Amino acid sequence: MNNLKLVLMTWLGALSLCSCNNESIVSLSEHSVIYCAEGSPETFNPQLVTSGTTIDATSNQLYDRLIAYKGKENKLIPALAKSWHVTRDGKKVTFYLRKDVAFHQTDYFTPSRFLTADDVMFSFNRILESQHPFHFVSGGSYPFFQNIGLRELIEDVEKINEYTVRFHLSHADSSFLANLATDFAIILSAEYAEQLTKQKIKANIDTHPIGTGPFKLKEYRVGSLIRFYRHEQYWREPAQIEQLVFDITPSNTGRLTKLLAKECDVTAYPIAHEKITQHKDLTLEAVTALNVGYFGFNVSKPPFDNKLVRQAISYAINKKVLLEAVYQGKAELANSLLPKTSWAFDENISEQEFNPILAKSLLEVAGYSQGFTMDLWAMPVQRPYNPNAITMAKLIQADLKNIGIKVVIVSYEWNAFLHRLQLGEHQSFLLGWSADHPDPDNFFSPMLSCSATHTGSNTTFWCNQEYDDIIQKALQTTNISLRKEYYSQAMNILAQEVPLIPIAHSKRYQARGNNVTGNILAPFGGINFYPVAKNGSLQKSIKIKTVSDDDSVIEDIDDNDIKIGEK
Amino acid sequence: MLVFTLRRLNLFIFTMILLTLLSFSLSFLFPGDAVINISGAINATPTQLIKIKNSYQTDSNIFWQYIVYLEHIVKGNLGISMASQSDIGTEILSLLPATIELSLAALFVAMFIGIPLGFIAAIKHNKAADNIILSVSMLGYSIPVFWLGLLAILTFSITLGWFPSAGKISLLFEIELITGIQFIDILLSDSPYKWQAFSDATAHIILPAFVIAVAPATIFIRLARTSMIEVLETSYIKAANAKGLTFQQIIFRHAIRNSLIKIIRHVGLQFANLVTIAMVTEVIFSWPGIGRWLIESIYHRDYTAIQSGLLVLSCFIFVVHILTDFIYAALNPLARGK
Repeated sequence: MNNLKLVLMTWLGALSLCSCNNESIVSLSEHSVIYCAEGSPETFNPQLVTSGTTIDATSNQLYDRLIAYKGKENKLIPALAKSWHVTRDGKKVTFYLRKDVAFHQTDYFTPSRFLTADDVMFSFNRILESQHPFHFVSGGSYPFFQNIGLRELIEDVEKINEYTVRFHLSHADSSFLANLATDFAIILSAEYAEQLTKQKIKANIDTHPIGTGPFKLKEYRVGSLIRFYRHEQYWREPAQIEQLVFDITPSNTGRLTKLLAKECDVTAYPIAHEKITQHKDLTLEAVTALNVGYFGFNVSKPPFDNKLVRQAISYAINKKVLLEAVYQGKAELANSLLPKTSWAFDENISEQEFNPILAKSLLEVAGYSQGFTMDLWAMPVQRPYNPNAITMAKLIQADLKNIGIKVVIVSYEWNAFLHRLQLGEHQSFLLGWSADHPDPDNFFSPMLSCSATHTGSNTTFWCNQEYDDIIQKALQTTNISLRKEYYSQAMNILAQEVPLIPIAHSKRYQARGNNVTGNILAPFGGINFYPVAKNGSLQKSIKIKTVSDDDSVIEDIDDNDIKIGEK
Repeated sequence: MLVFTLRRLNLFIFTMILLTLLSFSLSFLFPGDAVINISGAINATPTQLIKIKNSYQTDSNIFWQYIVYLEHIVKGNLGISMASQSDIGTEILSLLPATIELSLAALFVAMFIGIPLGFIAAIKHNKAADNIILSVSMLGYSIPVFWLGLLAILTFSITLGWFPSAGKISLLFEIELITGIQFIDILLSDSPYKWQAFSDATAHIILPAFVIAVAPATIFIRLARTSMIEVLETSYIKAANAKGLTFQQIIFRHAIRNSLIKIIRHVGLQFANLVTIAMVTEVIFSWPGIGRWLIESIYHRDYTAIQSGLLVLSCFIFVVHILTDFIYAALNPLARGK
């Protein structure tokens, strides 16, 4: 009994000791932010994926790009490249790099030099050249770059000098710069790659990341947490928080509980919006995201190889009900692939009519007057473009029953779901697309072009030469009104052919404690914790350091060339 | 005592044989290839598979296969997890201490609440206090633990904000895993935020430990009550009373000690029950222990993990039983002959 008393006394003593350390309590939590994330990243290299969860965890935290987006109008601004220059024919793009960019120093790597042209060459050649020693490390699949056809576009990457890199393009492409500013086009360290080659652990380049971003990886426990430390030698001002922790909490209620119990400062995809807005310490934020949730058909399988059947179904679905029931009215009705916020949005495209009678007669013309049975694959996870695919599938099931179609709802675990979709095992499916950058091409090419049927991102397997020609033409010009015209034509083809039915453009939500300041969400791409601060800690407004030195050697530029980004 | 030890050892060996037989047969009963079920190598190339088949000697007869399986277990090779492809032995070793920690904390809470309350009920036998304690214990016993856990989170973490709702420590603290028992690791670590981490860990363990403790505490109440009533009716208590000892003297010097002996035996039995409750509670409070891991493996149809997890967990509970038997025997000479 006496021993027990002793133990208890020590315990209480230990607890009371904490009160003397109050200062450090404040400092640790004030300099740290815990983010409740919805899932684990598949890798730490955004070049290899298109998954939003992975992009959120890696892209803006660990890495930088040559150029970046800024502001509401999404202007391109300098990042690792302090300036760039495009020749008149649009075929040569030259980047002049900053000279003071330090890579992360971690337990597994100590950089000996700053960023140079070699790092840029390494990062892009890894994607472009199949004989590159790192190309097939981690599988050799670069879905984003394959979708946009980067290998066909870039003929050569040339190192002019230590701090100058030139891209030679096979043809002018108006979305090239926009693509280089996406979350995927990150810069890796060539020196780190050399070290890994010597140590014969090449695969570590994607699991133990080294980048130039505002945070560096400290620890990753699969399915549990990711711990980042601040990168002290960051080329802009160092971030204001010292520690960033991603608490991986796949359960929706789990994230809500942690937010309400103040165990996380910021949470992804919150549920119970009203509860959060009522709470005086919490803020709910939303951005209208560049995304689209859709109902797609596998046109390589009957009966959906028949255009009339697809049209019939598009008339039979009551989208307004879906919007109310699934998105709780917190999304915009989609009439085309593009949301209103995109500059290529076409107001003339009318709303799809809900007309079951017309749908039935179309089915009769198609020869399915008796109806048929079809599979509908509903995604098992909550994504911003579709918060509850199973419910949506059930509503569609009810709608289609009215025109004599029997729907069987199918669902698999998320990775298996995506894999089987790519194999084309499905008949129809509910999925969506979140844009990676504001250029409208990012909706048209990756989702529905013929080349995307091979990379697995076009799971409708719809391939239309006319459509492909039009979106190619749109890329070859920089004339905005002309491009808009082309995209309208493309959307008209889609409205006729109906490879998929756009349903909604949703908002992306995030909830945070009021003491967390700074913009985290963006309308497209991943989240960014660089500007984040916690109240009570030293408030500094971070300005983006723009071009400062003037030592870049600029060659062979004639006066008519377009120069952007220079001071 | 020697005979007693030998008997227990005998029992231990036979139970272990039965347990391993069960877990061995599970690999054949689960759907899929038995070798893959037992090794977890779902992504193995054909050459790797041949190697694995050789190591488990699948060509020889079933008895020999079982012996080889035992050999693997003794060497600590429990296969790899089908879901994460990591070594199950290592995973279990890192998770089991967390469960032990939580279960021990809950056991202490249950004992410190249950036993005194049971004694009070026995002393006030058939009076109001007795009835109240008994009905409260009945209520506590009937509440399902997952519901109680959610209710506790709702009240104490969300509404009142007193205790955290998930995990065993705030993620901000980096505590190196040495023993696996969090509190010891914190004391061993050289983090500048050591004491802060200590109080944070204490705050994290309180809610789950109390939730787990409710059911065993009610059992302890009833055990303590019955055993105390029995003791109070024995002739030596009556004799003490007749000798003129005060009430306090009788209770503290004679009654409590003698009734505690009977309870200790049941503490071991309750531990098994407690671990089962802890498994469910771990899921609710996201406690990174073996129970949560096992339930997740069931979701993932991770047969290798289920098989090895069950084996380790039941083995662990059995060892605890034997240990309490020893303690009981050491305290109570009468039991040794049994």
